[in-house]
Amino acid sequence: MSNVPDGLKYTKSHEWVRLEGDVATIGITDFAQSELGDVVFVELPNVGRVLGAGDSFGSVESVKTVSDVYAPIAGEVVEVNDALGSQSELINTDPFGKGFMIKIKVQNAADVDGLLSAGDYSGLIG
Amino acid sequence: MPIKTVPTPQLIFEKSYPGRIGCNVPVCDTPEVDLQATLGDLREDLHLPEIGELDLLRHFTNLSHINYGIETGFYPLGSCTMKYNPKINEKTAALPGFANIHPMQPVETIPGALDILIGVQDMLSEITGFDHITLQPLAGAHGEMACLMLIKAYHEARGEGHRHTVFIPDSAHGTNPASAARCGYDVKSIPTDAEGNTDVAALEKALEGEGGKNIAAFMLTNPSTLGLFEPNIEKICQMVHAVGGQVFCDGANMNAMVGTTRPGDHGFDCMHLNLHKTFSTPHGGGGPGCGAIGLQKHLEPFLPVPVIRRNESGVVVADYTRPHSIGRVSAFYGQFLMEVRAYTYLRAYGKEQMAEISRHAVLNANYVRARLKDVLKPAHDRPCMHECILTAEKYKKEHGVRALDISKRLIDYGYHPPTNYFPMIVPECLMIEPTETEAKETLDAFCDAMIAICKEAVETPELLHDAPTTQIVGRLDETKAVKDLDVRWKFADTRQPVTV
Repeated sequence: MSNVPDGLKYTKSHEWVRLEGDVATIGITDFAQSELGDVVFVELPNVGRVLGAGDSFGSVESVKTVSDVYAPIAGEVVEVNDALGSQSELINTDPFGKGFMIKIKVQNAADVDGLLSAGDYSGLIG
Repeated sequence: MPIKTVPTPQLIFEKSYPGRIGCNVPVCDTPEVDLQATLGDLREDLHLPEIGELDLLRHFTNLSHINYGIETGFYPLGSCTMKYNPKINEKTAALPGFANIHPMQPVETIPGALDILIGVQDMLSEITGFDHITLQPLAGAHGEMACLMLIKAYHEARGEGHRHTVFIPDSAHGTNPASAARCGYDVKSIPTDAEGNTDVAALEKALEGEGGKNIAAFMLTNPSTLGLFEPNIEKICQMVHAVGGQVFCDGANMNAMVGTTRPGDHGFDCMHLNLHKTFSTPHGGGGPGCGAIGLQKHLEPFLPVPVIRRNESGVVVADYTRPHSIGRVSAFYGQFLMEVRAYTYLRAYGKEQMAEISRHAVLNANYVRARLKDVLKPAHDRPCMHECILTAEKYKKEHGVRALDISKRLIDYGYHPPTNYFPMIVPECLMIEPTETEAKETLDAFCDAMIAICKEAVETPELLHDAPTTQIVGRLDETKAVKDLDVRWKFADTRQPVTV
């Protein structure tokens, strides 16, 4: 079974969000990495890019497919996980930790309330 | 399963022995020329293999024996239509009158070749229901792109060059969005409904307001990549036309329709064909592809040059005087010898029996589906067209065995695996396309193997995880192959090869 940590927020398109103050850390879920298979390349945005909710901010390429990754909420990119450049496998081994993709300064912290809870997301992926 | 061990073959470089030669050149009885002085700097570092004739012969003969192709076994690779390509195709393509002509020859000297081209065009026109055919695109995706270029030219000629979006179902092959992006279009994904059809309600919504004003085209594969015929195809074409968009048919799955139904009659404006799938010209290393396209009259002014057509006197000409043409999409006339093969295939079948292609392709796929449905669940509960889409999700959840493991195990049973993990909207997907050229006994043997593998998945899943174990290589590290691509043999500084 896929790991779905409590305390995070989730999207139907399999991203997770951890909100700390006004900074949200974003990555793809354990379920997503398991479906994708071994990740071989990660495309990330530049720091400073302003994302609207639902905007594609990068992509994850596995041996099977390439998938866009979407911003769950609006904000400005303040950090990207450069380690993924040489160690894309971090997404597979530690999707909720060292395999995070970006951090954004959120426009409106209340936006996360509209996202899925761990329980909702677990139900979605069955 | 008996384990057959096959030694890993050496590369030709590993068999090289300094000073050994494959043939003796007679003593020179004319004045010798200093090659170094004549040709300039001759490289010493090419590491050309030095090997005797017999060893060379054995090397390539043995390599050929470990190859797998349609001529050695069943090849049910979904979406690829790996049908048998009749040998008579090769015979006609090798006729000197075809094989020895040159594309730079004056066109007046090749009336026979032009006759072949227009013959293929006419037959494909009749089969697809499109007014015009061009054979120039050199592959399926090239044909897609050529169609989008025609559509773009059409919109621009009508003062509607602002249209910037191409709609594509979420089940589509990746070349569709790639072709659209290559033509400068934005891509909008249209969902598939629970029955496996285009979600008409979602399409209707996407066509409202700005969506309808900006749509350039809808690229639709029919039958879809789910192996299902789109029952709402006429309605979909009408909906897109009503807002000024064009509808392109991805013809990758034309083998399901040949002689039975025609995309040109469904409402499509243009389509591409893969002659290397549907019309029995070779795939891949066997020969270049051909992505012929068909189009309706309103797109005709924009056809790529040269247009092969009959002039007023009925003489076949190559027409370059086309003021609205999108220009060339390839050199000369496309892959001419492929057209000869397709021509041969079409004429050998004959109009009367053309429908047998699609009928048997659909029958075979449904037979495989019916025999496997109790062990591998079909993605949709309805008859399929020329390929069946099954899911191995149950084995993943209950036994940790994935579609990939099943595919790899099939290699041990002596079969080329089906396509897996496509279309992506079906989890743990296996896509099986038997084609019309396989006998029932072959399909039964394949289904028996699949059923045996599904039993192994439950009882001895490690057999699948480790597969294949009977080939010259075991489970390959695909991740490393992508991340650390290394396709070049590395020589040491000496002439002795080294392993890396």
